[in-house]
Amino acid sequence: MIGVRRIGLVSLCLFLVTVGCGQGQSQPGSDDPPSATSAVDSVETDRAAPEVSEFLPGPLGAVEVAPGQEIQIRSLNTITGVTAFAGIPNQRGVELAIADYGPIAGRSVSLGTPFDDLCSPEGGQSAAQTIVADPTVVGVIGTTCSSSAAAAMPLISGAGMVMISPSNASPWLTSDLAGNAGSAYLPGYFRTCYNGLVQGRAVAAFVRDHLGFDRAATIHDGDAFTQGLARSFADAFEGLGGVVTAVAAVNKGDTDMIGVLTGVEPGSPQAVFLPIFMPEGGFVAQQIGGVSGLERVTLVGAAPLLVDNFMELPESEGVFLSGPDLRYGSNRNSITGASADDFLAAYEAAYGEAPSTGFWAHAYDAAIMLLRAIDRVAVEVDGTLYIDRQTLREELHRTSFDGITGSITCDEYGDCGAQRIAVVQHTDSRDVEAGKNNVVFEYAP
Amino acid sequence: MDTFLWIVRVGAIILLIWGVAGTVVQGLSGQGPTGEAWRDLVVAGIAQGAMYGLIALGYSMVYGVLGFINFAHGEVFMSGGMVGFFVANYLWEVRLWETNFVLAILLVLLSSILTSTLVAVIVERIAYRPLRASPRLIPLITSIGISFFLQYTFAGLFGVAVKNYPPPPDSLRSRVSLLGLEIEGSKLLVIVVAVATMVGLYLFVEKTRTGRSIRAVAEDKEIAALMGIDVNRTIVATFAVGGAMAGVAGTLWALLFRGVSFITGFLPGIKAFTAAVLGGIGNLPGAMAGGVLLGLFEGVGPQLVLAGFGIPGVSQLKDVVAFTALVLVLIFKPTGLFGERLSAEDRA
Repeated sequence: MIGVRRIGLVSLCLFLVTVGCGQGQSQPGSDDPPSATSAVDSVETDRAAPEVSEFLPGPLGAVEVAPGQEIQIRSLNTITGVTAFAGIPNQRGVELAIADYGPIAGRSVSLGTPFDDLCSPEGGQSAAQTIVADPTVVGVIGTTCSSSAAAAMPLISGAGMVMISPSNASPWLTSDLAGNAGSAYLPGYFRTCYNGLVQGRAVAAFVRDHLGFDRAATIHDGDAFTQGLARSFADAFEGLGGVVTAVAAVNKGDTDMIGVLTGVEPGSPQAVFLPIFMPEGGFVAQQIGGVSGLERVTLVGAAPLLVDNFMELPESEGVFLSGPDLRYGSNRNSITGASADDFLAAYEAAYGEAPSTGFWAHAYDAAIMLLRAIDRVAVEVDGTLYIDRQTLREELHRTSFDGITGSITCDEYGDCGAQRIAVVQHTDSRDVEAGKNNVVFEYAP
Repeated sequence: MDTFLWIVRVGAIILLIWGVAGTVVQGLSGQGPTGEAWRDLVVAGIAQGAMYGLIALGYSMVYGVLGFINFAHGEVFMSGGMVGFFVANYLWEVRLWETNFVLAILLVLLSSILTSTLVAVIVERIAYRPLRASPRLIPLITSIGISFFLQYTFAGLFGVAVKNYPPPPDSLRSRVSLLGLEIEGSKLLVIVVAVATMVGLYLFVEKTRTGRSIRAVAEDKEIAALMGIDVNRTIVATFAVGGAMAGVAGTLWALLFRGVSFITGFLPGIKAFTAAVLGGIGNLPGAMAGGVLLGLFEGVGPQLVLAGFGIPGVSQLKDVVAFTALVLVLIFKPTGLFGERLSAEDRA
């Protein structure tokens, strides 16, 4: 009996050590913070905040940072579960940006304990609840998934905080790009990712004009991002004279896709737009060839499938994938001077691997955007730093600088990113990088 | 109460007929799936259901012997599939997967069975045996804890990303003709292996000394012990056999879906438990039949019943159909399809 208990105890210890090791891998070394700008030597110098004799907080209140204390921001990304591959590069991008930007008015910036949005509404809401309970938090970089943002923003916005997402694309979170707020838009929300409407239009133009197809179907998974993207594609495709033969949906966690594919088949689509995540997207690619009538259909995925573990599937060969145009070339973040190459070198040096998804640069620019705005609005009274929440929001709306991803300029609903979409064709599952760089179509409104 | 149930039963039948009639009308007007599509749905449903049946056997056997639901059984299934992935990946790298697929898949099957069996036996020894004298609720809650423990141990050891098995040979991806029906090779193989395994288990339980011991312990542990049966060893054998069935299901899962992650066992585990209840918990042929029926319900049901009401995106509702089917079966036959009516003492 004692022996059995000992085995159990050893197993538990092994588990805890394993989990501990796994978490440790995602943290940069605290003694030697990673930096993307060491090669370019152009980080802004730490400037002092303007000294004023009196500070009156605005209607949303203010954050007080006493002498010697750190400025608190938070990362809220998908860092566990099967979609962790999408959020971990975001978090690491924020860590590198903080290291590059350096202290603000003599205070270092702390990310605290990273939060997990679980890529779900429950995850976003639960994490936001904890974040807003801490009045020292100035702002949040996240979420990874749009569904998490839609659930987190009522709390974040209500607390007067700001949130900048590197990878939310759902049009509902900002606007329809025609001056009308999205159904989930709330003040304090910004993003450096493109608006999904642009991606929908890009894919529609690609399928209708580039491939010459006039019948297409979409498959989403019911969350805000995938549903919004499927709808924007369908609207744009019909606007170009195409026919959307089916708007089908899978559940997150589904493995058997025969049912949904059988429902798609009667309309005889020439292409299926698939803005869903792994592993569901992989199951669709693997099973679609076994459905009568869909053996030769063209699959077009979105950014969630522009990832290694999808592109390594043999069935992903021939699939078109739309997402951010990663050809950053000589772009440099005008605040830190970091280029994409600098960033990637620093990333690999710090974490021992390349980013697993394409929004790392958006995360870097998002964090720099927040830090720059804090830097600009912070004032000092008798050694205490004050960051007014209302002024911070206004400053973020006035954002204008060049990021790694391109020009970062915000509209009134928080769309700040460069709206550039590329479609790549993946041809060899053994060479994922070649697939990511094989751009066959580009789009910018 | 009887009147209420009678109304529910009649209402369910009317809705069922209405939905099916709507689908038939759609089909006659050329709007529904083609005949080939219906065939694909049925075959996929049976293949998926056969896997549910294999996993359900573990639930049913443990329930029959110990009288509680082992909710960690889904993770026993996952562990086999996960270790099978690493073996398959190695065989792919040394090119055995491509040059001799039959040998390769047998090795994967063996590793999956061994892993699942080992995990099931260890779980019984560490977590359940010390609680055997406790009220049934205690091991039930423990099994949920073990389920999470196994999930996150595998996540910690092997990462959270989905592991993709190497692609099967073209012969499994192409269609083969059977009784005039063109069926995808991998699905046919899954169905054949599952049926053979189920028959093998049935013969094992009915014809062998260990099988008789399992049945005796399930009937009455104390009397079985008085008759000279080693109850502890028989219970371990029950977990081992249930684990082996889950191991087979792990490999079949890989043949069908090719992806496995630390949470792969959760939903199939719940579905298999549902299948065991559907067939009559504790009854092995019932678990097999319940699995196949559940697979068919969720494979064909959404298109057959819900599409007839004009509901869009019906495939997203397949879980609703599956669990509604369970509720309906229990309304019409509370002991499950093949379950026996229990005495008040047994129910307690």
